[in-house]
Amino acid sequence: MNIKSSFKRKIIQFIAFVLSNPYINKMGSGNIYKGSWKRFCNPGLNCYSCPAARFACPIGAMQAVNGSMDFSWSFYIVGSLCAFGILFGRAVCGFLCPFGLLQELIYKIPFPKCKRKLPGWLKYIKYGMLLIVVLMLPVLITNATGMGNPYFCKYICPAGTIEGGIPLLLTNQNLRKMAGGVMAFKIIIAFLTIAGCLMISRFFCKILCPLGAFYGFFNKISFIRLETDRNSCESCGKCSKVCPMDVDPSVNPNSPECIRCGKCIASCHKQAIHVRKPSSITNNPTTAQSRR
Amino acid sequence: MKGKTIMVIRILVILSAAAMITYGIFRGEVSIVMNKAASICFECIGLGK
Repeated sequence: MNIKSSFKRKIIQFIAFVLSNPYINKMGSGNIYKGSWKRFCNPGLNCYSCPAARFACPIGAMQAVNGSMDFSWSFYIVGSLCAFGILFGRAVCGFLCPFGLLQELIYKIPFPKCKRKLPGWLKYIKYGMLLIVVLMLPVLITNATGMGNPYFCKYICPAGTIEGGIPLLLTNQNLRKMAGGVMAFKIIIAFLTIAGCLMISRFFCKILCPLGAFYGFFNKISFIRLETDRNSCESCGKCSKVCPMDVDPSVNPNSPECIRCGKCIASCHKQAIHVRKPSSITNNPTTAQSRR
Repeated sequence: MKGKTIMVIRILVILSAAAMITYGIFRGEVSIVMNKAASICFECIGLGK
């Protein structure tokens, strides 16, 4: 792995993390930042109930609007995510997502690693999360006033538990009194996610993240894309081996799973994989852009 | 997918995104987002039944 490119990416990830969570002084307060930045959504997954969070979580905000009395679809959030998606695709996951960085740091902890690739069908769970849990349930299952719960946040999201729930419960006695069965269930989910992240790189991104599923739709058309030069590629398989998302970049460089981490580019001694220039619109028959 | 097709799709997505954001702001979604995000979300942190 090219240390320079890996280091640069880590720096960008840390900067994005700090910009998303600048109110570190709030961490011990038992409360959260409530300023006007909260009307904008973060490009990556970052719980808005994290005391340090500056922006709204896009998945939480989407469910809040979908489950509100007045609306069942959030044009504001979907439009924002489409804008991020067309510009960056899943590079948001690789560079800007705070929970993505947390997962990478957890994976660095010495622990037996799962060397095998995950079964392919597991990646489809996140599309179910997006379609059913995030988009449909808050609209379909509502209370007497017509409001739906944010089901993904309430029952699944480990980012909410780790970034928001645990720090707030540790520092706010009133909230601690309210904790019950749902909290216990969410802590189990969070521990399972951490265990998964210890053994499998980007475990949550691969299987559960509805935001990654959304951005994946843009990977083939976003301004940031990869291409593989078929003339240079020796099909040695190195790029596929180093890929943290179990993608084979020599065959499908713009897979919906690719988070643009650049490890494949650094691993290729023939420099066959590279970032495609955003302005380039011509087709080169010797390059693979998005083959299945 | 051809390069020109991709560029057309990109432009359409950018225009659609801008239109959706504007329409969302116009019909008052931002206040819902703000209200939710600027108070502790009990569901998000696992409180409640």
